[in-house]
Amino acid sequence: MSDKIYMMPNPPTPNIGLRFDPSACNGCNLCVDVCPTDVMMPHPEKRKPPIVLYPEECWFCGVCVEECNHGALRLIHPAGQNISVNWKRKDTGEYFRLGMNNPPPPNLRPPSGGRH
Amino acid sequence: MTTLNEFVEQHGTVPEWPYPIRYEQDTEISADVLIIGGGVAGSHAAISAAREGAKVVIAETGHVKRSGSGGTGVDHWHGACMNPCSKVTPLDYTLAVMESAHGYSNGIARYVTCSEGWETLLECEEMGVQIRDVRDEFKGADFRDDETKLMFGYDYRNRHILRIWGYNLKQCLYYEMKRLRVGMYNRTVITSLLTQAGEQGRRVVGATGVNMRTGEFYIFKAKATIIASGGGGRLFSFAPEMTAAGAMSTMNSAGTGHAIGWNAGAEFVQMEQTAPGRLSGFGYAPYSMGNTSNTYHGTSIIDANGKEVPWFDPFGRELKSVEDRFLPSEGQRFQLGIGIGLQVYADQYKWNDLPRDLPERVRRGEFQLPLYADLTRLSEMERRCIFGMMIGNEGKTRIPIYDTLTKAGFDPDKDLLQAPVMLPEGYQHSNFWGGTPIPHLRGLAGGGFLVDWDLRTSLEGLYAAGTSPVFGAGCHGESHTMGRYAARHAAAYAKDAAEPTIDRNQVNAEKKLAYKHVKQSKRGIGWKELNAAIARVMQDYCGKYKNELTLRRGLSLLDELKENEAANAYAANPHELGRTLECLSLITVGQMIMQASLQRKCSSVYLDFYRLDYPQLDPPEWEKHFPIRQENGEIRVRELPLDFHLRPPYASDYQENYSRHAHRLETRGAQLS
Repeated sequence: MSDKIYMMPNPPTPNIGLRFDPSACNGCNLCVDVCPTDVMMPHPEKRKPPIVLYPEECWFCGVCVEECNHGALRLIHPAGQNISVNWKRKDTGEYFRLGMNNPPPPNLRPPSGGRH
Repeated sequence: MTTLNEFVEQHGTVPEWPYPIRYEQDTEISADVLIIGGGVAGSHAAISAAREGAKVVIAETGHVKRSGSGGTGVDHWHGACMNPCSKVTPLDYTLAVMESAHGYSNGIARYVTCSEGWETLLECEEMGVQIRDVRDEFKGADFRDDETKLMFGYDYRNRHILRIWGYNLKQCLYYEMKRLRVGMYNRTVITSLLTQAGEQGRRVVGATGVNMRTGEFYIFKAKATIIASGGGGRLFSFAPEMTAAGAMSTMNSAGTGHAIGWNAGAEFVQMEQTAPGRLSGFGYAPYSMGNTSNTYHGTSIIDANGKEVPWFDPFGRELKSVEDRFLPSEGQRFQLGIGIGLQVYADQYKWNDLPRDLPERVRRGEFQLPLYADLTRLSEMERRCIFGMMIGNEGKTRIPIYDTLTKAGFDPDKDLLQAPVMLPEGYQHSNFWGGTPIPHLRGLAGGGFLVDWDLRTSLEGLYAAGTSPVFGAGCHGESHTMGRYAARHAAAYAKDAAEPTIDRNQVNAEKKLAYKHVKQSKRGIGWKELNAAIARVMQDYCGKYKNELTLRRGLSLLDELKENEAANAYAANPHELGRTLECLSLITVGQMIMQASLQRKCSSVYLDFYRLDYPQLDPPEWEKHFPIRQENGEIRVRELPLDFHLRPPYASDYQENYSRHAHRLETRGAQLS
């Protein structure tokens, strides 16, 4: 990473809707191809994760995540939506929310149906 | 490293456009049937036409594999009246819808859907969609038939609405299209319909389009064309930084099909009908918040102190048990579900719901905020079906909701999912995640191509399918079913139709218009600023309340935008070019709505249409359609009875019209013998 400071527009809103794991992504661009609104562009260098060029056009439908064979990307709701999704444990009265620090253990039950 | 900022900081440069630029280079494509819009309606149309033996091409703004409002999944299928468990006939259902809408709906689309929607779903099953509880996860549940393993929604007694596992449905259609060698043109923004001799009102012979990655120009030549495009989601509401994540239609919803049909001279009806944009995206992530509507129908809602909000039937009688929420009550033969393109439901067909005065009860402190969805108060089967089967298969839920929430620790067996904390008015509709209604943000709600019993538009060679392009249509299953039905007719027409001739002058004029934006000075505004300006005009001049002067002023402001800001808009690459061209469609759709609004000189509850200068509500002499079209650029209007589909030249009953027009294989066989 260079130390230079560039004149850049403000970070877009949302800015990190899709987070790639560079060690898992092989740059196959299947996610780029299937995105309904074409928000990602292939990286100029091969085998690198795509660049999310138009994050504000992202519909947050998650088909890119489903399409990925390597589990290399995650969908992260915009902060304004993460902060809104709250739940309360009925027995203990504890509050939780999407994107919190120290989240509770995951619920590992898969969705219903025969194909997943 | 996945943001542009990170790339620039690392490389000290902005990356070049990754795709080859082919501005103004022509690609000509010939087909029997061209389909515009590759959502579920267009994809099912493509399959149906290809099975009829037609050479089919499909043009789609996104990628056919997962695009469209229905492209990311579906959890229930309305109007499956022919399924072996249904106690509702196609006629019952159609009449219930037409009565609810006071005639302002589409009897043809409804009857066709009820008659062959189940068959359409069986086709999806053959393609790999799970439509039955084959793993016996819900054996013994009161919403399941143990013989067929079908599962039901809303009305467990009448069983005409099926719950299905449709998260992969669009992929199944895609692989079937590939198998049938349908030509797929992804990333294509359609800019016009081509007509015989380039004249408005003549036979449709193809279309033009621009590729959003390469900028190349497509000239589609087709014997028959089916419009299966989306609605105009960006027309009244445009703030994608805030809304794209929360909307139920994508950025690709630019009303393109409406706009190109209008410019070609097709007739439209009900374009004056708009509805509050409750799902415009200013609310919350779809399905992410506690609520009890649609997919969550029947979920118990409690307040902050654990006090349960009671349920009522549509006549205002309190329900005694959770089971009653899923049954019609005394005075009802059956219930319709939500999400079928109806703004108003007659009480005798409406579902059970929270009290209508919930906002008032919240305001006076009867229930303390925040409210919660308490799934634990349902049976284990019902809970698992709502969160696990339906959430997980409905559009935008598999990854964004089921996967995200469960990984974050949410467990419907233990946890209360909080409803939004919002103005009391927000609790008027039990689909709480839509947020507080914003009255001036409206959306198209029923306006579309006038179609006949073949789903043909007023133009030769042009058909329409899908809930957006066809007037008065409604739900996911209807889109599939209309696509399948319209395609049989389009393919039959194409078999005998003369070879189409493209008018080169028309093509050249379209081409000139399309590429202006990449050539001109960079001082023009960009597509987003333009889109926001269009939305501003629509909000201000064509909101809930209108009059002659505001509508006329709105029309001229849209014209000015077109001649000035839009004409000078600059696009730096093919993506921006595509979005800019979509804005031109949006302007046209806005003008269509305003022109149609000028024709109806009354107000209407059923159309949610209020003229300040003609406040009388639903006067009988105005209870009719006003089909509107362009001829040589002039507006032409006529009158049409609301039940035109049951008057000459058609038969007076639904079944007779359907058997005459369904063009089904078995009847064709009978005709041959």
